[in-house]
Amino acid sequence: MIKNEICTVVEQKEIAENIMELTLTGELVSEMNEPGQFVHIKVSDSAVPLLRRPISICRINQDRKTFTMIYRAEGEGTKLLGKKTAGETVDILGPLGNGFPVEECKLGETALLVGGGIGVPPLYELANRLVAKGVKIVAVLGFQTESVAFYEEKFASLGDTYIATVDGSRGTQGFVTDVIFQEKLEFDVLYSCGPTPMLKNLEKTFPDKKVFISLEERMGCGIGACFACVCHTADDPTGFSYKKVCTDGPVFKTGEVVL
Amino acid sequence: MNRLQVKLPGLQLKNPIMPASGCFGFGREYSNLYDLSKLGAIMIKATTVEPRFGNPTPRVAETTSGMLNAIGLQNPGLKKVVGEELPWLSQFDVPIIANVAGSVEEDYVAVAKEISKASNVAALELNISCPNVKTGGIAFGTIPEVAKELTKKVKEVSEVPVYVKLSPNVTNIVEMAKAVEAGGADGITMINTLVGMRLDLKTGQPILANKTGGLSGPAVKPVAIRMIYEVSQAVNLPIIGMGGVSTAEDVLEFFYAGASAVAVGTANFVDPFICPKIIEELPALLDQYGFEHISEVTGRSWGKHEQFAYHRA
Repeated sequence: MIKNEICTVVEQKEIAENIMELTLTGELVSEMNEPGQFVHIKVSDSAVPLLRRPISICRINQDRKTFTMIYRAEGEGTKLLGKKTAGETVDILGPLGNGFPVEECKLGETALLVGGGIGVPPLYELANRLVAKGVKIVAVLGFQTESVAFYEEKFASLGDTYIATVDGSRGTQGFVTDVIFQEKLEFDVLYSCGPTPMLKNLEKTFPDKKVFISLEERMGCGIGACFACVCHTADDPTGFSYKKVCTDGPVFKTGEVVL
Repeated sequence: MNRLQVKLPGLQLKNPIMPASGCFGFGREYSNLYDLSKLGAIMIKATTVEPRFGNPTPRVAETTSGMLNAIGLQNPGLKKVVGEELPWLSQFDVPIIANVAGSVEEDYVAVAKEISKASNVAALELNISCPNVKTGGIAFGTIPEVAKELTKKVKEVSEVPVYVKLSPNVTNIVEMAKAVEAGGADGITMINTLVGMRLDLKTGQPILANKTGGLSGPAVKPVAIRMIYEVSQAVNLPIIGMGGVSTAEDVLEFFYAGASAVAVGTANFVDPFICPKIIEELPALLDQYGFEHISEVTGRSWGKHEQFAYHRA
């Protein structure tokens, strides 16, 4: 169930250049039960910035009633959020959206997790849940450059992890798909989150595989009422049928919506 | 005594607060968060004869104290709204104001005729002011004579009172208000969004795929207040005011300007619980400023000589 709560900052730190890791505590953590969901954040009490910011959930800890997010402090809102320190509060609406289907990957099967930049975080909770149920995970994480790369060790502790950077400063030079081909990575289910061109490429490359992707779109309300974040469905690409990224997604199976 | 009760043509409102059209869908999403029967009314999303997908994305962009949107009247079409959305909404004890949109006069007439028959539709809101569609919408809202004719045609077929939603994107809002009054409108809702634009610093191009969008939120409130102040003293029609309403104090200010009820738009996106919150806070605010009843507040800003406006109830 969606809740609105003033959560408290447990910890915030910069884990790579302008990449912030923020952990909050609140009762609404008990509502978070799938990886890949997001929360909608009001970063200030004033009308500037006005709208909430959708940020994906990276890690959930039910025992401590905390959840962690990783975001890039780049725009007006996320820069303000980045200044919050332990003990300060943040207005959270969530959890929102439908996450990654963990049940699609069976015990003993292999899941390939492909993340691009700030699309990596939701895959971390997913990786933990898959490993917990006995799925073998392989992670391919793509970044622009080494200075903005993060969570390599965390993923490496859960399964084989490969890094790609556009400039070659860390891991393989090139894109995540280059790594998948070079390493001849095999999988039963692919889960991905990242820039749309990357998702498109994965959809095209693996038309016959089970592939789940998490989309990003500018949002208004985040709860399905404003129709800001709609996309066409693949079976009716120019018609009237649609999906909302916020409530029907953000995770879709490839072939479900037009990227 | 219900201090918030308001009576307007076709509308018995338990309180004067309603979500504005386009900011609340058909209520389904918000019904998961609170009981919609708490609301004074609901202005449902604009309905056109045929389904519409709307504009490409990005459809929203943030601005200082506001937002731009260019959704493009996405809706499932008249048949589905009448057959599915309105019957679903009938489970709630709340009057519905149906926003009617179209490209040509015949569209408006067709939607108005059909949708006004629904048992829970208490009034129509004629959308002659949407800035985000290529034809219709705002075209009807900027030429007084055209607005008057359209109002007349819709009034002929509607089974419920007709409120006309005015656009602020005109030189003379009073002239528009007088035109729809002459056309037989039962009330006015105002203001719709102001046409605006934002450019991306990296690409130099508009952020919205539609290039322009409608500006809403606290940024437009002073424009709404000014226009309601002018219109309410120039016509003898009740006004449902809107444009950046985010707090109970804003509601009071709109009433002072001349509104008889108030719609909340963009604020629903910032705080989905904002409508019931405002309703809950209003009585204390009336106490604070020494009012018994909300309707006595309407037009408090008017000059003493300005007695020709709609009833002060």
